Amino acid sequence: MSTPFYVSPEQLMKDRADFARKGIARGRSLVAVQYADGVLLVTENPSQALHKVSELYDRLAFAAVGRYNEFENLRIAGVRLADMRGYSYDRRDVTGRGLANAYAQTLGTIFSSGGEKPYEVEIFVAEIGETSADDQIYRLTYEGRVADEHGYAVMGGDADTVSSYLKENYADGADLAGALKVAVAALGHSADGGQVQDRVIPVEDLEVAVLDRTRTQPRKFRRILPTRLAELLGERGPAEAAPETHTSETPANGGPAEPPVAPPL
Amino acid sequence: MNDARIPGAFLRPGTSSFSDFLAENAPDLLPARRSLPAGSAAELAPHGTTIVAATFPGGLVMAGDRRATMGNVIAQRDIEKVFPADEYSVVGIAGTAGLAVEMVRLFQVELEHYEKIEGTLLSLDGKANRLSALIRANLGMAMQGLAVVPMFAGFDPDRGVGRIFGYDVTGGRHEESAFFTVGSGSLFARGALKKLYRDDLSQDDAVRVCLQALYDAADDDSATGGPDLTRRIFPVVWVVTADGATRMSEDTLGALADQLVGARMVRPDGPVAPLPGGGEEAQA
Repeated sequence: MSTPFYVSPEQLMKDRADFARKGIARGRSLVAVQYADGVLLVTENPSQALHKVSELYDRLAFAAVGRYNEFENLRIAGVRLADMRGYSYDRRDVTGRGLANAYAQTLGTIFSSGGEKPYEVEIFVAEIGETSADDQIYRLTYEGRVADEHGYAVMGGDADTVSSYLKENYADGADLAGALKVAVAALGHSADGGQVQDRVIPVEDLEVAVLDRTRTQPRKFRRILPTRLAELLGERGPAEAAPETHTSETPANGGPAEPPVAPPL
Repeated sequence: MNDARIPGAFLRPGTSSFSDFLAENAPDLLPARRSLPAGSAAELAPHGTTIVAATFPGGLVMAGDRRATMGNVIAQRDIEKVFPADEYSVVGIAGTAGLAVEMVRLFQVELEHYEKIEGTLLSLDGKANRLSALIRANLGMAMQGLAVVPMFAGFDPDRGVGRIFGYDVTGGRHEESAFFTVGSGSLFARGALKKLYRDDLSQDDAVRVCLQALYDAADDDSATGGPDLTRRIFPVVWVVTADGATRMSEDTLGALADQLVGARMVRPDGPVAPLPGGGEEAQA
């Protein structure tokens, strides 16, 4: 009979956290920015069909980075929870706090249970109120931590570099075009081996949605399509598609060294 | 076990239908899953009455009176019986008001739920079929006198026209090409629509035609309410076009109702339809 290796709980949790963090950092960044009329969510996503930003409820939006199948499950669970609560009580009783709690409990339980692989996702639940002072952005991490963000928030990819750009350029109470320009420029900001670069992301590769307080319908979520995006962003110089990421992980030719996985969005 | 995580059923991929999800996981929330003791329950609850709808090039109008009755009593003077189903369609209800309103609520969530999960709108026929299924599930209650007979209408972006769907209590649906009415006053309203409807009505005229039809229904059916000029309660009117569904403002409707009642002061039976081949050309 063999004795199992002893692994300290600290080491076990650290390994799981490193695993999740690595998965999340592989994809591209996603930015949430508060502006005068609500919350703006922007990410670089060449796919028109697989969304990273979507509607949860009247005043709630969902945004995620990391592994698509995992956050898609969480999104659907959120839509079901919200619709069920709104149907059995009232539409006003569906709150961002309630959903953020449900997500936090779920992610936390999965992270600390030994039998399951931790989710490689990070989530924003954005909520708008009657005024911009009531707007909220909840950040949920892979281990179930909840944080309440103000002004702007970045997750996924090289979040620190994008965040540093926003820290310098973000202004409170900007209009939609102003907030969008800053957010898109921040996503194009990258530091490759200490060398800072700014890239113009093509409009077709942007996924942009807003929770817009000025919308007259009860459902405030709205996607901004490429034609409208081009109008809002104005002239930005020649666009440059994203460089191919994680080439180092894919062997140049021959069979894959690792089992194939869906590319992170 | 007190596990605060989201239950597994919510995380499991599967149906995009909210009512199917409820049937599996919370059947007590579905209006049709209740068993009733034998006997008729028809006299227990208020009934909603007349709804009319008419298409015009590029859209449609749906209007409903504001009366709910219980036997000979007017149970409510300002009930609303026409609702937006989503941003491009509306649904009007006749029959047992409480159940009908609940069915509409479920239908609204059903459409929105599909749209959010799938990331795309259901086709107009798809929406009409979902409503069929909800009505069919209510058949048991309908047989005990608690029938719900809605009317569904929406803008079809593929064809660029407004379309109207009528239903029977078994969920059978049929499409109406020009105009349709349901509820206790529907026979009188349909007669009026027959005489006033044209294919080339403008949006404003389509609204006028619907209001005239509701007035005629109220004129001959005691369960249908006419415009209440003293309390300023007017029919609920929704207009659906390519830009979406909008409810007409009380002010606009008030002005139209004043105009309509003014004309009826002169001629109580309403506008005269021309009679081809008649002895003298009739006045409109």
